[in-house]
Amino acid sequence: MKLDERLKNVGVIGAAGKMGSGIVLLLAQEMAQLKILNPDEGYYLYAVDVSEKALDGLMDYLKVQATKAAEKNCVVLRELYKERADLIENWDIIAQFTQDMLSVVRFGTDLSAAKNAHMIFEAVVEDLNVKDKILSRLNRICSPETFYFTNTSSIPIHVIDEKVGLGGRIIGFHFYNPPAVQKLAELISAKNTKEELVALSHEIAERLRKKIIHSNDVAGFIGNGHFMRDILHAMDEVKKLSNTFSRIDAIYAMNRISQDFLIRPMGIFQLIDYVGVDVCQLIMKVMTRYIPGVTLECELINRMVEKKVMGGQYADGNQKDGFLKYEKNRPSGVYNIDKGDYVPFDFQGWTKKVDDRLGTLPEAGLSWRKLLTDPNKEEKLKVYFSNLKKMNTLGAQLAKGYLKRSKEIGKNLVEDGVAQNAEDVNSVLINGFYHLYGPINDYIN
Amino acid sequence: MKKLRKPVYFTSGYNTVSFGSGRKEFHPKKSRPGLEHYITEAGKGVLAQIGDPNLVDEGVISNFMAARFNKQGNLASLMVHIHPSFEYKPMVRVEGACGSGGLCLTTAIKTVLSETADVVLGVGVEVQNSVKAIYGADILAGAGYFTEERKSGHAYFFPAKFSERTGAYFAKFGEEKTRKAMATWYEIAILNARKNPKAQEYHNTIEDLFAAGMTRPNPKIFCNDINVFDCSKVSDGASALLVASEEGLTKMGIPKSKAAELVGFGIAVADLTQPPPDLTKMTTVGNAVSKAYEMAGIGPKDIGILEVHDCFTIGGILELEAAGFVKYGKGPDFVLDGKTRPNGELPTNATGGLIGFGHYTGGTGVRQAVDLVHQLTGQAGDCQVNLSSQRPYGLMISMGGNDKTVVSCIFKTAA
Repeated sequence: MKLDERLKNVGVIGAAGKMGSGIVLLLAQEMAQLKILNPDEGYYLYAVDVSEKALDGLMDYLKVQATKAAEKNCVVLRELYKERADLIENWDIIAQFTQDMLSVVRFGTDLSAAKNAHMIFEAVVEDLNVKDKILSRLNRICSPETFYFTNTSSIPIHVIDEKVGLGGRIIGFHFYNPPAVQKLAELISAKNTKEELVALSHEIAERLRKKIIHSNDVAGFIGNGHFMRDILHAMDEVKKLSNTFSRIDAIYAMNRISQDFLIRPMGIFQLIDYVGVDVCQLIMKVMTRYIPGVTLECELINRMVEKKVMGGQYADGNQKDGFLKYEKNRPSGVYNIDKGDYVPFDFQGWTKKVDDRLGTLPEAGLSWRKLLTDPNKEEKLKVYFSNLKKMNTLGAQLAKGYLKRSKEIGKNLVEDGVAQNAEDVNSVLINGFYHLYGPINDYIN
Repeated sequence: MKKLRKPVYFTSGYNTVSFGSGRKEFHPKKSRPGLEHYITEAGKGVLAQIGDPNLVDEGVISNFMAARFNKQGNLASLMVHIHPSFEYKPMVRVEGACGSGGLCLTTAIKTVLSETADVVLGVGVEVQNSVKAIYGADILAGAGYFTEERKSGHAYFFPAKFSERTGAYFAKFGEEKTRKAMATWYEIAILNARKNPKAQEYHNTIEDLFAAGMTRPNPKIFCNDINVFDCSKVSDGASALLVASEEGLTKMGIPKSKAAELVGFGIAVADLTQPPPDLTKMTTVGNAVSKAYEMAGIGPKDIGILEVHDCFTIGGILELEAAGFVKYGKGPDFVLDGKTRPNGELPTNATGGLIGFGHYTGGTGVRQAVDLVHQLTGQAGDCQVNLSSQRPYGLMISMGGNDKTVVSCIFKTAA
């Protein structure tokens, strides 16, 4: 079955979640455009989620996002609607597209709603048993031709395939968060995955304007393969620093090192909170279980989950507190796990004292945001890191150690056969994590 | 009437900040002041220079599309909000798309010439950040011919119209040089704006302006032959000034050293339902400017400072040609040779122009006159240029739509 035919009936399971809602948005846009071109054909996107209330939220989200997308693509949409004499102004076009996009989506709380789907995107919780239960039921009610795309970011695809018995009709299609914005998707095919499905996945990626990087079918894949070990490095450093720093100081320091000194978009603790502390814990467990001889575990993360301080986002997209506290989605304090409260950044100048101990940045004013669109980014990074290399402050030492470890992690991913080459590792970090540079680099050799 | 029947003076100009993206204090999600704020700020800015508001006999307010941007009509009566003494005074609103400001000036001039008033307050205003740019494009498209042009037109209607002109000019006179001249136009506009605290691009920190100006156009999200740096931005703001007779100046106690004298003006309109006769020419601009030259009894060689309507970089270049400063097809050379720079042969848009200062559409013509009067009276601050005594005249071009409604005025120092 050709992609255009398959796109007439698509299901998204876990549709109202953080990843699912973005996947619904991407697919609905594409399907709505097909419908405009083929008005006599039916296009149905079954958005299934266990929570009725969450589906209400999804509808609101889609309305807002459809309008935003139409505003952005108005140049193309005017062309698409050129036969519609009644749609004259951008206003008319955007309103119509929003309506057309919403009209392809069918909301449901039961899996049977998706029984006609030719393609199913699964984006439920990162738990093999839950995935198994859902996919097995779908496998019973859907056509034996149906293809499955799992958004797992850690569970090996062959494990799911074998457990559910899909016979190679499943592939790992790992969107990055948020799916509507992030350009990257990791594609993970197991040995058994059907060739037709691999080819189709490439076509879908192109339609959804995603850049595909292949990862081999090893738990955690490339993205989390790097991220989880990056976290553990930061945690090790926190532990080491606790000889001379309090834990709160050390968390603040490592967050700052990984953001400001390395010019990344977020510090490591902010990123853990963004992904969800509990999600990180789950991923580490999965990797430990499925990668022979590897144990990834973090005591601090386990304790945070026990205390139910887990980050993640509220339904409106705002950041929940985790390792850090947030005000208007910006870090504003650090969690004191022993006392169960937050120490604000501005409390009695403690962050200033930590900053002083770390020392100055190699170059002031060189922010991630500014460099992102700077045409001379590459050159500026070289100068920046060559300056960092010469520095001997505590901050510079920690930053150099961080870069070194990140590179080592990256290289190991290639050596261990997770990534096919260094470029793929760098590409995942650059496109999926919005880093300005890949971990495998020669900046501070 | 080819000659002015009596002297007319321009004085006491005031511009608000041109507010919109680019200004540090601008945030699209924060609430912003409305029309009445800008009208009042600009009006009071003028009145503060004359002391007694009762000396204002009449008023003219220009605006393009408040009815859609702000759901507000009947703007003439908003003039009273400037000062209570304006109650029951004659006020009129004029509209000619982005050339509205030019019509404000000529309406005020005609009021003084008709001798019903000695002092006329001219205000031009537009508040456009009330909608996102994609919807603003719809509203501004009203300067074109809605019935026949809008459906087939581009999402970004006017940028696309000037992109077409750019493409035609590329085809006729070569792309490389023209592209470089457009990028240079952008560079000069921003450099000038960085000297003008009220300019929208005052806070612009782009290091390599020329390189930004050379950005390759992206037709998928914008236009074929122009990029966003070729376009003036979405702006909120107002400008105001006084147009007065000699008696008016005396009554207000304003010395001629603080006023510029109008020596000529021209107004021309072309059929809105018809496409431009030649995409590489601005014929209506040419016509309006010729009328102004004729009334003033001078020519392009006498002009020492210029304000053109560079809503798009190509527009600025075409207007240089249409107004006779350089031969047809040679506008890019004129710019690349540095002649339009503040220290060049013909300083052009020395306060930033529409690209650098900003473009609150219905008010821009008034802003141009305010800035020219400041230049001619030595009040232009860091943007002040040295005027040659051989060429003491300042010329401005205010244009509405795609070369459809045009006003040109020529001033000289009054003292």
